[in-house]
Amino acid sequence: MATEIDRLILKFQNKDTLAFEKLYRMYADNICGVINVIIKNPERSQELCQDVFVKVWEKSASYTPSKGRFFTWILNIARNMAIDELRSKSHKNQKQNLNTITFVDIVTQSEDLDNTTDTIGVEALLKGLKEKCVLLIDLLYFKGYTQKEAAEEIDVPLGTIKTRLRACISAIRKKFGL
Amino acid sequence: MDVQKYIASGTLELYVAGLLSEKENEEIHRYADVYPEIRKEIEAIEAVVLQLTKSTSPGMPNTAFDAIRSHTNDDVVPLNTKTPVFSYLGWAASLLFAAGMLWMYLENGKLNTEVKVVEQERQTLKEQLDGIEETLANNEETEWLLNALRSKEIAVVALNGQSVAPTTYAKVYWNKKEQKVYVDAQGLPEPPEGYDYQVWSLTLEPLAPTSIGVLSNFEVNSTRVFELQNDNTSEAFGITLEPEGGSETPNLEQLYTLGTVGP
Repeated sequence: MATEIDRLILKFQNKDTLAFEKLYRMYADNICGVINVIIKNPERSQELCQDVFVKVWEKSASYTPSKGRFFTWILNIARNMAIDELRSKSHKNQKQNLNTITFVDIVTQSEDLDNTTDTIGVEALLKGLKEKCVLLIDLLYFKGYTQKEAAEEIDVPLGTIKTRLRACISAIRKKFGL
Repeated sequence: MDVQKYIASGTLELYVAGLLSEKENEEIHRYADVYPEIRKEIEAIEAVVLQLTKSTSPGMPNTAFDAIRSHTNDDVVPLNTKTPVFSYLGWAASLLFAAGMLWMYLENGKLNTEVKVVEQERQTLKEQLDGIEETLANNEETEWLLNALRSKEIAVVALNGQSVAPTTYAKVYWNKKEQKVYVDAQGLPEPPEGYDYQVWSLTLEPLAPTSIGVLSNFEVNSTRVFELQNDNTSEAFGITLEPEGGSETPNLEQLYTLGTVGP
């Protein structure tokens, strides 16, 4: 059963630029958001986000639906490029800040910078979320940590990561009404 | 399969994060096709992640995609036409190649023919050259003979046909100083197979023959002039037909020509 987005992805893989543009409009902010959380440089994030989508276009043939969600695929490309960027000389000084600032801090900054994004209320919704939940989501979704790396980072047993993540996501869903 | 328990496990949250193995991903992809609840759950988890990630975006300028599109344009044209263009190119290339091979084959055939013609011409020229060389050699020989015979030292002895061969004749040119005789055997027929002409120097009183040589290779000597050594005080010369290689004493039955040396 192919959904609208499945058809769009198929067109995109057949090098349909209109389909690609639609997908871009669907996911560009998410990708830029992730990059911004990693490199913490809004302007550079915008540039890098473009580079990510150029790469996504170039690599379109390598995406296979059975191996994961399309969003997960581009998320992975974006994280890798952002981490590469972070490791480059220009961001050496900020390297140590990678884990001390979470996406929640960036949400606050974004609201301060630009009111056009519909982040209003997100910060409020995330308030009250356990610190370990914020860290877990930050590491697993934004920063591309493995379960093992995340378990070590926030000092919890590896076997509990899955259920903790489930609980955190469920809590947010309840607040967002998703 | 207990779908609710599977959903509650947190595996799908990891799936959306991209933290599962390829095998697990493929398994979940199948489950999502079979169980609508799983598909809906995945979409709901993804919606949360989309919400969270969007909230951290610095915002993208509306023109941002134009820059990306400029990169796609490079690709779009070649990618959509690449296969046909390259396959036509491939066919064209192979046709050209085949035509080239045919042309080479034909050219090679032509060249081979030319080589044969040139070879033949070369052979003809060589033969002509050989002929010229032969003529020159003959001319030289003739000139040498003439010079030899014109020497004032030469005594000429005419040998006349005898009873066994009355129409034959020969001439002996005797250079007493050099003790050489030149026998002109033009007037003798070719000797029969297995026989040679033998030349004898004779003293008349008493009659004693001394062999001065055999006219060997008679048939191949085109001038029919034979050079022989003669240190005898000859009073006459005779030519007999002898078995091949010559005899100790002449067979007078086969005396072809005879002539005495003049005073």
